[in-house]
Amino acid sequence: MFINMKKRKNLMALTSVLMLSAAIFAGCGGSADKQSAASSGDTLEGKISASGSTALLPLLKPAQEEFQKAHGKVTVNIAGGGSFTGMNQVAEGSVQIGNSDVDLPAEYQGKDLVDHKVVIEPFVFIVNKDNKLDNLTREQIIGILTGKIKNWKDVGGADQQITLVHRAKSSGSRATISDIVLKGQEFTDDAVIQDSNGAVRTAIAGTPGAIGYVDAPYADDTVKTISFDGIKYSPEAIINGQYPIYGYGHMYTKGEATGAVKAFIDYVLSDEFQNAQVSKLGFIPMSKMKK
Amino acid sequence: MVMNDLAHQRRLFYDRYIRWLFIAAAFLMSLLIASIIFFVGRQGLLTFADVNPIEFFFTARWAPSAHAFGALSFISGSFFVTLLSIAFGAPLGILGAIFMAKVAPQWVRNILQPALQLYVAIPSVVYGCIGLVLLIPFLQSSFGVRTGFGILSASLILAIMILPTILSLSDDALRNVPPALEEASLALGATWWQTIWHVVVPAALPGILTSIVLAMARAIGETMAVQMLIGNTPLIANSLLTPTASLTSNIVVEMGNTMFGSTWSNALFLMAFVLMLLSLGMILMIRRLGQRRAV
Amino acid sequence: MNAKTVNTIAMAGLWLTGCIVLAILAAFLGYILYKGLPVISWSFLTGVSSDITVGGGIGAQLFNSFYLLFLSLAFSIPIALGAGIYLAEYARDTRLTRMIRLSTESLAAVPSIVLGLFGMIVFVNFMGFGFSILGGSLTLVLLNLPLLVRVTEESLRSIPDDYREASLALGATKLETILRVILPSALPGIFTGITLTAGRALGETAILIFTAGTTVSRYMGDTDVLAGGETLAVHLWYLLSTGLVPDRDAIANGIGAVLILMILFFNFAVTLPFRMLQSHMGILKK
Repeated sequence: MFINMKKRKNLMALTSVLMLSAAIFAGCGGSADKQSAASSGDTLEGKISASGSTALLPLLKPAQEEFQKAHGKVTVNIAGGGSFTGMNQVAEGSVQIGNSDVDLPAEYQGKDLVDHKVVIEPFVFIVNKDNKLDNLTREQIIGILTGKIKNWKDVGGADQQITLVHRAKSSGSRATISDIVLKGQEFTDDAVIQDSNGAVRTAIAGTPGAIGYVDAPYADDTVKTISFDGIKYSPEAIINGQYPIYGYGHMYTKGEATGAVKAFIDYVLSDEFQNAQVSKLGFIPMSKMKK
Repeated sequence: MVMNDLAHQRRLFYDRYIRWLFIAAAFLMSLLIASIIFFVGRQGLLTFADVNPIEFFFTARWAPSAHAFGALSFISGSFFVTLLSIAFGAPLGILGAIFMAKVAPQWVRNILQPALQLYVAIPSVVYGCIGLVLLIPFLQSSFGVRTGFGILSASLILAIMILPTILSLSDDALRNVPPALEEASLALGATWWQTIWHVVVPAALPGILTSIVLAMARAIGETMAVQMLIGNTPLIANSLLTPTASLTSNIVVEMGNTMFGSTWSNALFLMAFVLMLLSLGMILMIRRLGQRRAV
Repeated sequence: MNAKTVNTIAMAGLWLTGCIVLAILAAFLGYILYKGLPVISWSFLTGVSSDITVGGGIGAQLFNSFYLLFLSLAFSIPIALGAGIYLAEYARDTRLTRMIRLSTESLAAVPSIVLGLFGMIVFVNFMGFGFSILGGSLTLVLLNLPLLVRVTEESLRSIPDDYREASLALGATKLETILRVILPSALPGIFTGITLTAGRALGETAILIFTAGTTVSRYMGDTDVLAGGETLAVHLWYLLSTGLVPDRDAIANGIGAVLILMILFFNFAVTLPFRMLQSHMGILKK
């Protein structure tokens, strides 16, 4: 009898483990709904989820840190995934904010997505540190990006092959450069492709004769930033309209933002955050542009 | 007595019906692989609504914005990276397995076995990172090439990553060879090495081949390390040191920035589907190898 | 004479190969630890990561790594035990069994990036979990299951049939035999398999970028399964690719070393005692 009881207990334990895991599987869908419902309330509590552009992560993660310090009951989740992942998920309703480096593409028009431009993302061209050049004209850069110029001596540099290191065809940064610099001409395919600003910088730092573009905050002292058409990059040069290569960082919401989501976007746009963190990170505050 | 009888009934009841839980758990395996094939396959095959299969598989112009979806450069990149990593990794792995199974004293085995587990456990990002910091500059300076990114760097790191797969499975195969074969050969006056090379290795060949095919499956599916080292250029490489791309590297680089449901995104899913079919094909190949041994 | 020379050379060559295999590993581990160990400190291990200021830690990522691992194992171990028991103890060579075996082997061969995409469609988007600990751990289950099933099956098979016969002869039912005799004897092998799986899951990146995301919950040690599930390996990738915090390289090196130390710990503190137990009990696979 005693042995029987023990056996039964073991069986019970096993079945309950199995059932528990089944219950967790089944129960998850429900709790997901509950969680997101909480955040649509108008008191500042609940959960904000955002996904999208990896280039905006270094900006939004500090915003998350600071915002959560100010609002004890709000939890912000920010994931990467890429601009289109963000726009997809916000259109489907699986996140409340979709972060993107690009303007809303035609496919997403009419899906009730509201655009919030939160930051100016300047781009700079960077070269390997051994490069002696300080400036490239627009024509020279177009020649390099389209593959027509293959050696640095053709633009006044050393006799060295040019290696283009840049982003994938789906990248928002690449689209910005294509619009502003190339104006529709095709990039050459003969280039090293990296999946992020950081990886582009690392590759350029390690490759003699390399050139590429990154968001300005990533241009640190491991690489050399060169002027575009005689204009050296600085936030002022963008604000007074001399330096043309920049895009906007967008936060899209489905319908007008409300509650905690609105508070978070407002915080990102606030002078407090824009003046302190945005400039410190190397992006340019939106407010400066409006003037 | 009645109590005992009831308890007995219950025991029989459990014995009969709990097995269905086991069967259900086992059946879940089939359900999972079927749903993965279904979801990834369906999404991928939608590509063919817009893209000619011949274009996808046999041309190399990848320009999604101009509606050109030739994936040949990725397929050939995956193919060559896998082959080359096997070419580097297999000799070392097989010789290592012979050493481990037939030469090494027990205390050396006791070191090697956990060492192999550590090989597996180093994250692929870390492998990629070391390749980036140490291997790429080395290739750059020793071959005098522009970048050092390409098939060679990716497959050298991959060769190290697949080493434990080849080594431990070949070791199993070698140790499963009946000792009688070995003893007979030695008794006939063959040297230790002759015995190993002409008797033991041929007898273990199906198992060794299995280990190589499994290593290929691992190599073709490896993503992060390859992505960091291959250069991701959507062009067919004209040398081992020219940047090119593989199926996995292109998926991970482009996936986040394509619209789900667009032809572009579908084409990436199709690439994932092709990868999966290749891996499944390798599994079927292993089954054939296994059968040959059984016959 | 000639054959003997060849023999000697071959022996030397094989020893050399063994040394090379160990030397490569030692070089990798040495490099990672040399770069990373100086970074590791108590505040590094428990601190909150920062995207702005120097001196951030990895506490939340460390917690997430274990929490995700724990959840994925909690989901997969019961299933793997069930499937392993079925395959080892019940299955006859039927079409169903062959299909299940083929499925398990196939699942093991699916590239992790494909699992990541599948997880993103099904768990993140379709089921609406978002980039979360839950989405990540469910996708990790797909990675763990085939390995665990195989280890369970092999461990059960390695138990001599005498055990089964003795138990059945004493009047135990088949189920009782399995649960009270066979499974306990096979546990050391199964635990070794679990630590192997855990080591692999800890270092996984490709899957988790698309399912668990790149943020952590605001609360240290938050057990909410829908919070962001950035793990150590993903944080390492994030720092290398997009991080802007000034000390990112040091943190990345530190994470590399922490991952290696965790895996060393798994191998020596968890696996070895079980190995000894196993050999003590005399149940060694050949």
